[in-house]
Amino acid sequence: MDGWDFLLIVIRVVVIFVMLMITTLLLVWFERKVVADMQDRIGPSRAGPWGILQTLADGMKLFFKEQITPRKVEFGLYIAAPILATVPAFLIFMAVPFGRPFTLTLGGEPREILLQGADLNIGLLFILSMSSIAVYAVVLAGWSSGSKYPLLGGVRATAQAISYEAALGLSVIPVVMYTGSVQLSEIVEFQRANLQFLGNVIPFIPNWNLFLLAPSFVIFFIAAVAETNRAPFDLVEAEQELVGGFHTEYSGLRFALFFLAEYINMFTMSAIAVTLFMGGWSGPTWDGVLPALVSGVLPTFWFFAKVVVLLFVYVWLRATLPRLRYDQLMEFGWKRLIPGALAWLMIIGVVLAWRQFGNPWS
Amino acid sequence: MGPVEAFLAGMRVTFGHFVRAFFGGKGEVTIRYPDEMRVKPQRFHGRHVLNRYPDGMEKCIGCELCAGACPAHCIYVRGKDNPADDPVSPGERYGFVYEINLLRCIFCALCVEACPTEAITMTQLFEMSTTNREDGIYTRTELLVNPDGTPNHMFTEDPYADLGELVKADGWMRAAAPGGRAAYEGETAWTPSAGIGARPPELGQSEPVVDEDGDD
Ligand code: SF4
Ligand code: SF4
Repeated sequence: MDGWDFLLIVIRVVVIFVMLMITTLLLVWFERKVVADMQDRIGPSRAGPWGILQTLADGMKLFFKEQITPRKVEFGLYIAAPILATVPAFLIFMAVPFGRPFTLTLGGEPREILLQGADLNIGLLFILSMSSIAVYAVVLAGWSSGSKYPLLGGVRATAQAISYEAALGLSVIPVVMYTGSVQLSEIVEFQRANLQFLGNVIPFIPNWNLFLLAPSFVIFFIAAVAETNRAPFDLVEAEQELVGGFHTEYSGLRFALFFLAEYINMFTMSAIAVTLFMGGWSGPTWDGVLPALVSGVLPTFWFFAKVVVLLFVYVWLRATLPRLRYDQLMEFGWKRLIPGALAWLMIIGVVLAWRQFGNPWS
Repeated sequence: MGPVEAFLAGMRVTFGHFVRAFFGGKGEVTIRYPDEMRVKPQRFHGRHVLNRYPDGMEKCIGCELCAGACPAHCIYVRGKDNPADDPVSPGERYGFVYEINLLRCIFCALCVEACPTEAITMTQLFEMSTTNREDGIYTRTELLVNPDGTPNHMFTEDPYADLGELVKADGWMRAAAPGGRAAYEGETAWTPSAGIGARPPELGQSEPVVDEDGDD
């Protein structure tokens, strides 16, 4: 590892950081605009063309606001919670490949440049562990605020996260079994071929896990919505019941960090769903037909296009569904999602074993 | 409907609205205030004005009936004898002090109904935000219309001020005054105002009366 490699890592990290910040700005605007359209309103329209700078204006406002600290807080944890929410949100995306690696000659030797923070060989496990850390932020924020509504929000967060993380974990196991890897770049590579079904290769249809593992995708997506505390699973925040839940006592920049984390999580969860089930950055690039630069950028474009589709579904759900009641949330998680995920896991296990080892009676 | 069908039906509704809005359909129910103003009903309960007769005389006679009628106790009136050489109102007395605390007012228009001379009426002006409580108390200076009948608009400098609304200043009076009652349908029973003159009688107040035995 020489100076160039080090420089490349720094550049990658900075690029991803900036990219996530910009995506968040656009995502908040996107959500408000789409929800406005669905509810026959206009939405943000003042700051910049179509109100696109509205989030920037809101962010600036929060930045300059007073950060009120209530008297009864546990100060250390109170300060740590928003940081704990934001850091894993950024880290998760580091493991997600968002474009095709390309080769550049730097410092006299060709180097492969990954469009990915780090190609971890335990990528999926890293993601799952980081997303569980994010729950601590909510719990600690609720507990350290020294106030009853945040505490209720924190307690709900614990229960919800435990219930739905089980479903989330179970829903990705079929992907791992089917592709045989937990490294995200390999999972993407696996999905770049054409679809194989009953031994036949079907042309033009990519080998996305979405087709053969559709139930996993549905379970994963529902659990992801619950993990990111988005409507209809936003019992943690529940403005109408809990005055904002765990972040009631946070204001100014500290509140902005929670907000940032929520939207980054929404983005990364969609990115992970795209990577695991919808082929990641794979897609037609027309190498040789188009200029090299265009075909180099196309995979990144496909990746973001797929992510935007999933983000739209997130927003769409939010605009449509009312919040679940607490018992409905638990019932849905434990009595529907987890048994469903387990049953599907067994079916996939049997099918894969059959394919690998042949008929049990032979 | 099972839960899944209900879910899909709901998702379809929101998506339909999205598609309509996205492809240029004007389905919005909100407007771009203050760039656009809603057309308000004629009897909109905006802030009050004190009217004048066409010759510039004030209609208010300082009788304090409005203050007595006000459920929020937010009107304060003091009457005073008209100076013999330069009368302010055609009556004996005039409203020498007249204050309405619009921070307390509930915009019920009972004062308008109570007024025997139709001096106080409501307008369509609704932009009354102030930065301190003092400015929430409107006195004669703000309430009294100009001799040409136009109310004092608080934000004449504001590019968004809709000065056209001022012409409809006595909208609510017409419903509360005798001419607004069903029995007086078609008769002008209110006094003319400066700047506007006599408003035509208002039709459509009631169902047409069917006089069955012909003795009415
Ligand atoms: S509108 Fe009602 S509350 Fe307001 S001043 Fe008149 S009587 Fe009082
Ligand atoms: S506004 Fe009407 S009711 Fe009130 S004091 Fe004047 S004349 Fe009397």
